[in-house]
Amino acid sequence: MTVVQVGAETTTGSPPTEERRRRGVPKWGWNGLSVVLGIGIWWGFSLAGYDIPAPPEVLKRGGELIADGTLADDVLASLGRVLAGFVLGVALAIPVGFLMGWYGIVRGLIEPWVQFFRTIPPLAIIPLAVVLMGIGETPKIFVIFLASFLACVIATFQGVVGVDKTLINAARVLGAKDGTIFARVVVPASMPFILVGMRVGLGSSWATLVAAELIAAQQGLGYRMQSAQLYYDLPTIFVGLISIGVLGLLMDRVLLFAERRLTNWQERR
Amino acid sequence: MIAIDRVGKAFPLKNDRFVALDDVSLSVAENEFVTIVGPSGCGKTTLMNILAGLETPDAGQALVRGSKITGPGPDRGVIFQQYALFPWLTVRKNVEFGLRTAGVPSRERRDRAQHFIDLVGLHDFADALPRTLSGGMKQRCAIARAYAVNPSILLMDEPFGAVDALTRVRLQEQLLQTWSQEKRTVVFITHDVDEAVFLASRVVVMAARPGRIVEVIDVDLPYPRTEELRLSPAFTALRNRVWSAVYHQEPVA
Ligand SMILES: Nc1ncnc2c1ncn2[C@@H]1O[C@H](COP(=O)(O)OP(=O)(O)O)[C@@H](O)[C@H]1O
Ligand SMILES: [Mg+2]
Repeated sequence: MTVVQVGAETTTGSPPTEERRRRGVPKWGWNGLSVVLGIGIWWGFSLAGYDIPAPPEVLKRGGELIADGTLADDVLASLGRVLAGFVLGVALAIPVGFLMGWYGIVRGLIEPWVQFFRTIPPLAIIPLAVVLMGIGETPKIFVIFLASFLACVIATFQGVVGVDKTLINAARVLGAKDGTIFARVVVPASMPFILVGMRVGLGSSWATLVAAELIAAQQGLGYRMQSAQLYYDLPTIFVGLISIGVLGLLMDRVLLFAERRLTNWQERR
Repeated sequence: MIAIDRVGKAFPLKNDRFVALDDVSLSVAENEFVTIVGPSGCGKTTLMNILAGLETPDAGQALVRGSKITGPGPDRGVIFQQYALFPWLTVRKNVEFGLRTAGVPSRERRDRAQHFIDLVGLHDFADALPRTLSGGMKQRCAIARAYAVNPSILLMDEPFGAVDALTRVRLQEQLLQTWSQEKRTVVFITHDVDEAVFLASRVVVMAARPGRIVEVIDVDLPYPRTEELRLSPAFTALRNRVWSAVYHQEPVA
């Protein structure tokens, strides 16, 4: 059999250069400058007599909290709760989202409840959870679970519903049955949606965590700030806030990295 | 080989029915190359979906080798209007897809996929993702994927519709070359009159509203089809006949 080369064609769509440079200063250069400026303004307000601690004071308190192990314990307690709730939420959301997208009956049965609970901020569930589940770990993890489940189930469902019908037909004419179509077409095709749902879910879990710890806890970043509030201990509150922000950002970056790796087959982003 | 017997298909509209195919009958012989040409919306894709087993007719029946089509089967390979490549799989993995579902062992799978990748000239792109390929290359990958499962019938829905004119001519020649060496029954849908005449031994002309066959024109030109043939008076005459059948259709009242 002969091979006829089609010479007139060339590859298109070479990946666009991501780091756009401006006057030779890389993007992270501006980011760095912005951080320095922000801290400068903060320091300025503190010097101007506003009732906020100066950066060195916060740094010192941070050092103390690290040295006596409080910060590490709090971070671990908070991360443990978030990860437990988040993992449970995602682990349930993905199969439920797939079933909703795949079977009209499941969708009809579940969708009203998902839509209803989505309109209630997870924080509003806390009083109910505390009454029903006590003040231990269970209500906190439950509320975080609910937050990540709701964010992720909708995204997964939308991903499954949006799978290109021609791809399913292409698989069918190549001999694929329902199980194969599900595993080898529907799952990979909805992966970008699932990962976006996971990121939204993680953000929402993290936001819910701190509030859940404000209610009743013996440890955790939210609890630490709550108790600092009683003593007007502003540096500790600042350390808590910064820790929450940095950890949230780090977790988001990890998921963003996973997302880029797993969905680099997409035409564009 | 293929027998389409008084097939009808309608799609429900809000408070009406849209007749996509009305009383369509056609038979295609073994190893014949038939093209179907007609304006858009005349039911070409619907007819192909029925042959592929992706849609069922409301009236009449479609048969392959005497048995009624009830679903997709490995005897019929389909090349879709949109390339329908799995974007998360490389060219090689796309071509292997049908072999995997058929349970072909991995060693043989790889060899067969490589054979068809080479055949369509994608050797250097075997491990590339579809997003890095041009339109013509994507279409050739889709062709390799359909060929790999070795179907005796190829159903092609405007496969070269989205590639530029120059590439299209090359792809047509390549398709005929492949067909002449490994004979298959081909049903090729197009809206390009030149393409319909150049490829086929028979051109089926369809019309819209309702979707139906208006004329079947025999193309008594010899294979292999060459460039000279494309410029010959005989080709032009046939082309003009098909053209007027397509573009001067009397509307049905
Ligand atoms: N699933 C569907 N539901 C409703 N109408 C459809 C559906 N599929 C096709 N049609 C209609 O049937 C007609 C024929 O479609 P199609 O077979 O795709 O035509 P062609 O491929 O010749 O352009 C079109 O007018 C289209 O709008
Ligand atoms: Mg069509």
